[in-house]
Amino acid sequence: MSKDIYVVIEQRDGNVQKVGLELVSEATRLAESLGQDVVAVIMGDNVSNKADLLFKYGANKVIVVEDPMLKEYVTEPYTKAFTKVIEEFEPDIVLFGASAIGRDLAPRVASRIHTGLTADCTSLDIDPESKLLLMTRPAFGGNIMATIVCRNYKPQMATVRPGVMKLIEKDEFEKGEIINFRVDFLPEDMNVEIIKVTKEEKKHVDITETKILVSGGRGVGGPEGYKPLSDLADVLGGEISSSRVGVDSGWIEKERQVGQTGKTVRPNLYIACGISGAIQHMAGMEESDFILAINKDETAPMMDIADLGIVGDLKVIIPKLTEAIKKAKEAKIVD
Amino acid sequence: MKIVVCIKQVPDTTEVKLDPKTNTLIREGVPSIINPDDKAGLEAALRLREQVGGTVTVLCMGPQQADVALREALAMGCDEAVLLSAREFGGSDTWATASIIAAGLTKIGFDIVITGRQAIDGDTAQVGPQIAEQLNIPQVSYAEELYNEGEYMIIKQHFDDRFNTIKVKIPCLITALGELATPRYMTVGGIVDAYEKEISILGFQDLQDLLNPDFIGLKGSPTNVVKSFTKQAKGKGTKLADLTADEAVAAIVEKLDEMNMI
Repeated sequence: MSKDIYVVIEQRDGNVQKVGLELVSEATRLAESLGQDVVAVIMGDNVSNKADLLFKYGANKVIVVEDPMLKEYVTEPYTKAFTKVIEEFEPDIVLFGASAIGRDLAPRVASRIHTGLTADCTSLDIDPESKLLLMTRPAFGGNIMATIVCRNYKPQMATVRPGVMKLIEKDEFEKGEIINFRVDFLPEDMNVEIIKVTKEEKKHVDITETKILVSGGRGVGGPEGYKPLSDLADVLGGEISSSRVGVDSGWIEKERQVGQTGKTVRPNLYIACGISGAIQHMAGMEESDFILAINKDETAPMMDIADLGIVGDLKVIIPKLTEAIKKAKEAKIVD
Repeated sequence: MKIVVCIKQVPDTTEVKLDPKTNTLIREGVPSIINPDDKAGLEAALRLREQVGGTVTVLCMGPQQADVALREALAMGCDEAVLLSAREFGGSDTWATASIIAAGLTKIGFDIVITGRQAIDGDTAQVGPQIAEQLNIPQVSYAEELYNEGEYMIIKQHFDDRFNTIKVKIPCLITALGELATPRYMTVGGIVDAYEKEISILGFQDLQDLLNPDFIGLKGSPTNVVKSFTKQAKGKGTKLADLTADEAVAAIVEKLDEMNMI
């Protein structure tokens, strides 16, 4: 019988990606209502030392699949390895991060196993009666939410957006069982050749990791409009981000885009500057703890979800605000 | 070389609005377009044809009305168009859709299959890899550049924080990012030609020998939608209008200070 919730842990260059820990955290919550265990699966070359980290976030067991062929992510070897894990252990539920790798691997596995897969979920739950996994995701460009089930096939599989599930650190001293699982690879499993790997050269900013975001939209007016926002972010110790229009207009780099086609963020403070609040954008930031909106247009939808909405000209307000915060900070040091 | 590009006709979701009273989608007047990532894939295929010769076939699964999308692709310069259309295909999830499209591809033959990374109405990015699995060929997803080298394709793949340059033997499937190629416009001559060309329609009967009827359509789909809803608006916060810039700044600083953000 199928049992337990399996989380596929993504590693890049041996580093566990945060989304994997978020999913282990979420899986522990789901596992409680099912009376099942959480099993983290990590694949790679020399990755068994990551098991302790996974126990710390609540995994009961860790399955390690190690092979030189798994050093870099390549679709076929990873698909084969994880398909073997599913066939051997028969999970009830499998969760993947909806990163580029997760979204490359999960559909291939689901297709090979012949089971359902729900993409890019933003919330998961267990139906109290049927015990089925309820997978909720945005559709239609974030305009509607749909709850999806996979009734007749196992495992029930989902990819989950990074940054959506809360990270819950468990007991430091928690330990569990480590299972080393061997997969026999054939040379032909490596059916593509990676000629070159280039990391993005510019300083990598992960806006999903940032506590304070100062975000600009159409209202900033152009690439130079992000400069005052950047100054404000600096005094607050945050980063700048953007709605889609800034990215599509080439004002700011794509990795800073918040929203349905960008990233999902939940910072402590989100300052929306001149962002009217298209549904696609709000889908990516509405879970922020505190939303401050500054906009000339009182009727902008962003004003409706903001905790504090200021009607006014951001070009005047933002520089003044930066100065005022600087002064307030200096005053505190004197205290 | 036979290049086949799979496209989807989608509603332009950026034009979709919510009715504030009923909180439901306003679908009327929303234009149907070729999914943007797929259109980049079409352009890349046409450029690849210039490099290696051969033909570009465009394939779409959908209702009869999807022939508009196919005509547009023909007008861009595709050689042939195929529509997969049948009542039995309706309601298919990604698994079932992929098996129908894979059957269509097997029927018509291919060397290289190009799909968009994801469609703007479903945003799943699943159908491309699932077609590749059904066809038992390698996939290279998130393609930002591609060119041919004899019996191989060289593809620059954008995977989050890195670019992988991948060499893959043909036959293979590639999923295109919007960045792969800026689509050309239709020409007047192209539009005229497009309406002179035949669109081949493949229905359930045509693919019967390649499909298990239990594994397609709404009933054959592993996943089912049990509920759909529009999001609840969050409770109202404080809105401050008619303040001078200095008053506004003071109000913000006070609030941020209260939250220990300063």
